[in-house]
Amino acid sequence: MAIHSVVCIKQVPDTTQVRIDPETGSLIRQGIPSVINPFDLYAIEAALYLRDQFGGQVTALSMGPPQAEESLRKVLGFGAARAVLLTDRAFAGADTLATTHALAAAIRRLDSEMPVDLVICGKQSIDGDTGQVGPGLARRLGYSQLTYICSLDKVDLEARTITAWRQREDGRELLEADLPAALTITEACNHIRYAALPDLIAAQTMAVETWTADDIEVDRAQLGLKGSPTRVKKIFAPQARQRGEMLTDNSPEPAAASTLLLDRLSERGLIGDA
Amino acid sequence: MPEVWVIVEHEGGQASRVSWELMDVATELAAALSARPAAVILGEGARALAETAFSYGAATAYVAEYPALTPFTTDPHCQVLSALAREHQPAVILLGATTRGRDLASAVATDLLTGLTADCTHLEIDSETGFLRQTRPAFGGNIMATIITPDHRPQMATVRPGVFPLPDANPEASGEIIEPGKKLDKQLKPELDPATLPVRRLDFVPAGEAVSLAGAKVIVSGGRGMRSGKNFALLEELAAQLGGVVAGSRAAVDSGWITHQRQVGQTGQTVRPVVYIAVGISGAIQHLAGMQESDVIVAINNDPDAPIFDVADYGIVGDLFEVLPALTAEAGKRRTATSAGSAER
Amino acid sequence: MSARYDVIVVGGGPAGLAATYTLAGAGVSVVCIERGDWCGSKNMMGGMLFTHPTSKVVSDFAEKAPLERHVTRRDYWLCTGDSTMKATYESDDFNIEPYNAYTAFRSRFDKWLAGECRARGAHVITETLVEEVLTEGGRAVGVRTGRPEGDIEADVVILAEGVNTFLTEKLGLSPGMKPEYLALGVKEVLALPREKVEDRFNLEDTEGAAIEIVGEITGGLPGTGFIYTNRDTISIGIGVMLKDLVDNVGEAYTFLQRFKEQPQVRRLIAGASPREYAAHLIPEGGVHNMPQLCGNGVLVVGDAAGMVNAVHTEGANLALLSGKMAAETVIRCRDEGDYSAKALGRYCDALENSLIMKDLRQYQDIAPFLSSHKALFGLYPEVLSAAVKELFTVDSLSKADKQRLIFRLVRSQIPSRRMAKNLYDLWRAFS
Repeated sequence: MAIHSVVCIKQVPDTTQVRIDPETGSLIRQGIPSVINPFDLYAIEAALYLRDQFGGQVTALSMGPPQAEESLRKVLGFGAARAVLLTDRAFAGADTLATTHALAAAIRRLDSEMPVDLVICGKQSIDGDTGQVGPGLARRLGYSQLTYICSLDKVDLEARTITAWRQREDGRELLEADLPAALTITEACNHIRYAALPDLIAAQTMAVETWTADDIEVDRAQLGLKGSPTRVKKIFAPQARQRGEMLTDNSPEPAAASTLLLDRLSERGLIGDA
Repeated sequence: MPEVWVIVEHEGGQASRVSWELMDVATELAAALSARPAAVILGEGARALAETAFSYGAATAYVAEYPALTPFTTDPHCQVLSALAREHQPAVILLGATTRGRDLASAVATDLLTGLTADCTHLEIDSETGFLRQTRPAFGGNIMATIITPDHRPQMATVRPGVFPLPDANPEASGEIIEPGKKLDKQLKPELDPATLPVRRLDFVPAGEAVSLAGAKVIVSGGRGMRSGKNFALLEELAAQLGGVVAGSRAAVDSGWITHQRQVGQTGQTVRPVVYIAVGISGAIQHLAGMQESDVIVAINNDPDAPIFDVADYGIVGDLFEVLPALTAEAGKRRTATSAGSAER
Repeated sequence: MSARYDVIVVGGGPAGLAATYTLAGAGVSVVCIERGDWCGSKNMMGGMLFTHPTSKVVSDFAEKAPLERHVTRRDYWLCTGDSTMKATYESDDFNIEPYNAYTAFRSRFDKWLAGECRARGAHVITETLVEEVLTEGGRAVGVRTGRPEGDIEADVVILAEGVNTFLTEKLGLSPGMKPEYLALGVKEVLALPREKVEDRFNLEDTEGAAIEIVGEITGGLPGTGFIYTNRDTISIGIGVMLKDLVDNVGEAYTFLQRFKEQPQVRRLIAGASPREYAAHLIPEGGVHNMPQLCGNGVLVVGDAAGMVNAVHTEGANLALLSGKMAAETVIRCRDEGDYSAKALGRYCDALENSLIMKDLRQYQDIAPFLSSHKALFGLYPEVLSAAVKELFTVDSLSKADKQRLIFRLVRSQIPSRRMAKNLYDLWRAFS
């Protein structure tokens, strides 16, 4: 009895540094380091944890440009047994629908080679911020979906079910899902392990496999920019709020500044009816 | 007639606020499209909520109460919603960007092979093309993007709670309740056998405290500068005097000083209070993404170069451990004065 | 069970990677362990890469490595207050390939070089700190990293840990890091559109300028500054001796800001936006503070070996060469099956016979000389500047009167005997 998990990762720019060029209105991505989407690290750890408990294998999968190979190699270093990079110009410009079309096709091929029990993703990417790929994949593949998982409870390989706690705004719910299932993991679930040296060394000689659109069964019309129902009409810098009044410039003492602040707020009618 | 749908999120007979915030938006969008705003309410208690939907502007309420729909899990709701959408072909579907709403939206959009934009902060109909212009932050709030779904329908969007204001309800309003027709019913019933649902809810543990940041008028929020969870008591005291709610930045949540329910920011909640007081918060862009739409921002920080001061309407540079007690005392004085004054009348 | 290699290289900077590259090329099983996120992420230089030594290590680097501009102009500036005296050498000969030198970034170059090492079959492991060199009977037998199951065995350990010589000290090979032998370099990378860089510095295509600066830019403390042109950025920085900063309670960053505001500098960088700020320690003790370079199963290379020629700003060069030389010694040891201390000692012999030790010995008195002659960084530049200014100022004085005025000006600040002694000492220090 073993579990085959496919972890979907994304290489993203370190978003604290992304800016709009005020002159051209386009994104400045040059020189910004790329990292594994931080939320994907929790997905990777969840997959490795299950492998440690039940045996089996973790396959890392990513759709991205050639340099995403570096991120996949890192996942091999954590202990994944196999890494596949889906890379092809045909995939470029994909929104989440076109992305799940390609990823689902890749997962089907992986499944044909070794049956997949779980697809695991991070809860959202820090560049797109949508959180849509996990549920989209579940739907495409016909897998049950468990999102916002904050804690894994158990896996019953005989009954073919997985039980986990899902974080909601008003509390946590315990859900039981049939396998195969698609999971998205939150930061409350775990902490990425410090990889052991033997895993890092093994990863040095492992190859990251590269698949193009020809290597998976897809409908080319549903790929990339052409296959994306949503279009970005324009991007712009968010309206900057302005620096307001620094009350402590003229009233540096806490008591004086406090009085001034409350005066200002009441003048504007913002407080007074608590 | 084209329609603009709002998927109403509800549990235990109570609808989430965001559904009614969106009902108002739907009404506006429908007007621009010469369309009809409708509510879609699925699961036990749906019919009872239809009246509320009408009071918030819905002209129609699509209602379905198949047993498999309660308690909420994504798959059966997706089945019904997709079927209804194929049947009635709405122009726009809006959902609250809650954990449940996001899942459902993505599942339905995938079923219908249409476009979905998450976390919109602005929605309007383009007067030339009639397309829904969906504006949202990306890259952690560093940029804003306006997105359209030109060739696919319905145009789907999710919106975070609190981004749009809650409208006033009109209890006089009425509308039409529509249940699934015979054909649809025949198609759906077998697919929705409660005994064969792929995901089953076994248990639910409510959050320790019922926190509502979404409707709060005043929010007093603490960050790394608070130094410990104990010190959040200072924020509680200030909040009590101002009639506000305590929240915090991601740093505060990660340090275990407050629960995730109180987190404001890119990976927490978006809030739009009248007054947002940021205490010991530096003002990283991921935090701003969650509160920069507040009417008034007040910042208290001992670092005069903290980025939060660049967006604050009022800034106080100082030691928060001195400022908070002073502010709380002053606010308390004014409160007593006001109630003393009103008591005299 | 721990992993095993023929050689472990600690540190993925120019010295460590040069060693790794050379070893891998000879089929030696080698692993390079770097604590940064990637090789180069923790490194910094002004700076320039010289073709001659670099191509000795990687012969085709000029075609494949990420490089900024090839240097066609060298400037030396003497700054005082708001004045600058400049000496420039530029030649079209520097436009003939192979180019003599390039401006480059450590974070990109080292990363590339690490990739080349991997392509040759070396293992390069990052985000991993070597905590200890493991020894048995006084002989290095491997390293311990901070990772789970993190011990590695090897026949030889090459220490390329850079200026922070923790492991070298732990083994008792190094006298330790001392503030009087360390300089602090601080640097900013400023973004400026390519055309503007070429316009301001009078460059065409991928030509580049390298400017070294001395004078009053470091608040009277001994120090130097630099400005290098990259494709669409400018690297600007200053270096000060650590001990001087401590004694005088100065802040290197403040000096850099003032330097950027100096009128002649300000014009060059106007409108450029800061992209990056970096600081790094530089070992400048030379032969005065060098560790033992050949130990029992251990060789020390690069900054860890104190191989920096401060006067000529050569650190990366010497690092690359020493890395290669250490590797060559190890290759010979492997071929002969002899890793004894004596056999490894051939590295030290090779160093003695190379320009590395020859240059370091020649310049060994410079740093102490400069440190003890602070006037060279304050008084002399001031006086020289005043004299030259007087020379260039046209007024009602006759030429003869002007000459006398200048001599009096100089002599009043610097008596002839003192000047003569200073010049003599300077000459002695440089030879």
